[in-house]
Amino acid sequence: MEITIYGPGCKNCVNLADNAKKAVEEIGVEAEIVKIEDMKEIAMAGIMSTPAIGIDGEVKIKGRVASVDEIKELLA
Amino acid sequence: MFTVFEKFADLVAYSLFGLQAETRLGESVHFFFYDTTKIIFLLSVMIFFISIIRSYFPPEKTKKLLSNYRKITGHIMASLLGVVTPFCSCSSVPIFIGFVESGIPLGITFSFLITSPIVNEVALVMLYTIFGWKIGTLYLASGILVGIVGGIVIEALGMEKQVEEYVYQISAGESEVEELEWNDRINFAKAEVKEIVSRVWKYVIIGIGIGAAIHGYAPAELLAEYAGPNNPLSVIAAVIVGIPLYANAVGTIPIVEALMGKGVALGTALSFMMATTALSLPAVVILRKVIKPKLITVFVTVVGVSIIGVGYMFNFIM
Repeated sequence: MEITIYGPGCKNCVNLADNAKKAVEEIGVEAEIVKIEDMKEIAMAGIMSTPAIGIDGEVKIKGRVASVDEIKELLA
Repeated sequence: MFTVFEKFADLVAYSLFGLQAETRLGESVHFFFYDTTKIIFLLSVMIFFISIIRSYFPPEKTKKLLSNYRKITGHIMASLLGVVTPFCSCSSVPIFIGFVESGIPLGITFSFLITSPIVNEVALVMLYTIFGWKIGTLYLASGILVGIVGGIVIEALGMEKQVEEYVYQISAGESEVEELEWNDRINFAKAEVKEIVSRVWKYVIIGIGIGAAIHGYAPAELLAEYAGPNNPLSVIAAVIVGIPLYANAVGTIPIVEALMGKGVALGTALSFMMATTALSLPAVVILRKVIKPKLITVFVTVVGVSIIGVGYMFNFIM
């Protein structure tokens, strides 16, 4: 499974990546966390408000920092 | 309504620190504790309710709405939507690309990008509570006006070539807008309160600290003479000083409040506030990723001049 964090590297994006890491650890799945910081790529994914999180290439939550529980739900 | 905070400030300044109410230090310390507690309380309550409203206007929805309008109606709609659409300055690039790529004219995109930071609804609510509905409404109306005028001028100048080429080559994908339930909106609002308060409290405290010092120590006669309604150059000077500065609107309000108490003209104080929020070095650096230096210069000039105009208008009518 691949988790993508979209965001130019602001504080919210770091928080979101941390939440994703925690969620992965807590449910113990095999998942790789990839960060996309390039504005072009972020725009190409159809995202207009950062941070956003995607699972296996599909954007799931954007414009806010998803909580650990929310991410766990996405992974389940 | 604010007597609780008044009593708390009395307690801290006069009982705990043993300061005299009539002294400069006593007055400054009292103002500081009164204002910090009051503003942080108001902020938390207001951000909560505003975030609920905001949750109905994600940028994707705004983009769809705006692609239906052209010309003057487009500028007006863009500027109005700039008031309610949430976005932080780090999202301005994806928003810019998304708008331009979907065919929204450059000037209309700018109407949105200009108004959005000026009419920060949090700052607006504070203006309403501290200065009253008249000044709050005037600020709202003039912020929207600056966005409309700025966008129309940029459109008229035909600056499409001043956008970095890659922006036009991108084809942005569509992504679903999530359907929110009431529960989600409340959680979103709670998270926003936490996030915004933890981000702006420093600015509030620094702003109030400076405000408190001005309150107790600034020479009223001098300020009234140089920045009062009778000095025609004061608005221009305030805007030029404010442009490179980055400050959160929330933090500048206490400074504006204290300065006005010392006789600084309203238009001068508010145009300073607009300049610090609408134009700043960090914002320009971010925008440089999508637009060329020439358009940056036009953007800063157009917005700067519009804000100066608003300052004079305020000084004239108040």
